[in-house]
Amino acid sequence: MNFFAFIGRATIDFFAQIGRLATFTWSAISGVVRPPFYWALLAQQLMRIGYFSLPVVGLTAFFTGGVLALQIYIGASRYGAEAFVPAVVLVGITRELGPVIAGLMVAGRVAAAIAAEIGTMRVTEQIDALTTLSTNPIKYLVVPRLVAAVIAMPILVAIADSIGIFGGYVASTHSLGFNGSVYLKNTMDSLKYSDVTSGLIKAAVFGFIIALLGCYNGFHSRGGARGVGTATTSAVVSSSILILAANFILTNVLFSD
Amino acid sequence: MAMGPPKLELRGVKKSFGSKVVLDGIDLSLDAGKSLVVIGGSGTGKSVMIKSVLGIIRPDAGEIYVDGQNVTRLSGRARERYLRKFGMLFQNAALFDSLTVWENVAFGLIQGHGMRRAKAKQIAIEKLAKVGLGEEVANLSPAELSGGMQKRVGLARAIAAEPEIIFFDEPTTGLDPIMADVINDLIVDTVKAIGVTALSITHDMASARKISDRIAMIYKGKIIWDGPTAEIDNCGNPYVDQFIHGRAEGPIKMEVRG
Repeated sequence: MNFFAFIGRATIDFFAQIGRLATFTWSAISGVVRPPFYWALLAQQLMRIGYFSLPVVGLTAFFTGGVLALQIYIGASRYGAEAFVPAVVLVGITRELGPVIAGLMVAGRVAAAIAAEIGTMRVTEQIDALTTLSTNPIKYLVVPRLVAAVIAMPILVAIADSIGIFGGYVASTHSLGFNGSVYLKNTMDSLKYSDVTSGLIKAAVFGFIIALLGCYNGFHSRGGARGVGTATTSAVVSSSILILAANFILTNVLFSD
Repeated sequence: MAMGPPKLELRGVKKSFGSKVVLDGIDLSLDAGKSLVVIGGSGTGKSVMIKSVLGIIRPDAGEIYVDGQNVTRLSGRARERYLRKFGMLFQNAALFDSLTVWENVAFGLIQGHGMRRAKAKQIAIEKLAKVGLGEEVANLSPAELSGGMQKRVGLARAIAAEPEIIFFDEPTTGLDPIMADVINDLIVDTVKAIGVTALSITHDMASARKISDRIAMIYKGKIIWDGPTAEIDNCGNPYVDQFIHGRAEGPIKMEVRG
């Protein structure tokens, strides 16, 4: 019977978790549209989530773009299709790798930081203290992070797209013998508006996922230092998985060209 | 004041977490301007009781009245307005570590009452002076302060918005006996000076005797004794007797597994 009890408990836990996440999401979203708004905190979070993620996102985008060019060249040269390298790099970066790589890097950086900070505030009763000072913790802590991440991620991805394409350009011109101006012309010729916008919309969704799961896990952490550690880990793991799952669904449903 | 409704009243408040019953029908009332201390061992539901009054935890059953008004199921904006009547000193001060000392003290004034920062800072410095802290600590971060000083800042924050009711959650825990007594004196002074109603929870009997007009004892989620502080030594309740004398033997058995 223990086996069935285990399955039952796991099922109940799973749905309880989904329910908690849903109510948390709802109160966060309703906090976005109802005053008061904390503009100064939003600006602070834009700096932390957006600006300070630039180096890590830029570097990963550069190397990803370079590697993409090298690999596509290997594949394309088997069919004599080397000329398509710029176009495939463009599509790969803007539609797929720009948002996903930036999303995963920001998930590692930001979701962890948010969960650790809010988790520590939870276990040291700072969140309860906010309530006793007539301040709604959702509006004060969650809303600025959520809005900042949704704004910052598309900007980060737009920058990552440019740097990634530049990475592909550098690899192609230095290692593969492409002519620089021909490479750029090919890139511009195959550039489609929808490639970029679909990537930016994905980025906004990923930003929402990152901030939401960082805040959610922090908010529900308990049990001191260890609890905060667990919350941080699950924030990164769950937001990364959800980013990849959402990416699959978005690509399938919305942006299948 | 004796004729009006009690400042704060709990009627049959119950709360369970899973199968664990924490509050099993708490009845407690507190008159305006008085100081009540609830004593009880660790894990007897003292903190849960206070958090129920503040609405941080929702009770499963029972009613909470403030100034004769039922506040048990307030939510949203009404609850934020209701919470302006309260101040709370947390066990480990719970200062916001991302803000400076004065911003902590002024937090309720700026966020809860919409006061201008310059004016709020001035009030914060006044309140810090009331708890014996000079202007030089105002711009420090809470992490730079000792435990005793953090408690003082927490006290200044609790009284900053001039609440009608203040909760003290284990005000002396983790402090050396002298600092504990300093905090006790500060509590007595501030409570008397602004005439607030105080509800404290503690297991420190020296502190309880010093800061209370009345003492109530909580055991297994129920109030088992309630009376004037002066009578606690002759109350004849074996549970209270065991607790205030700190004996291992008696009717209260320590549950090793909580």
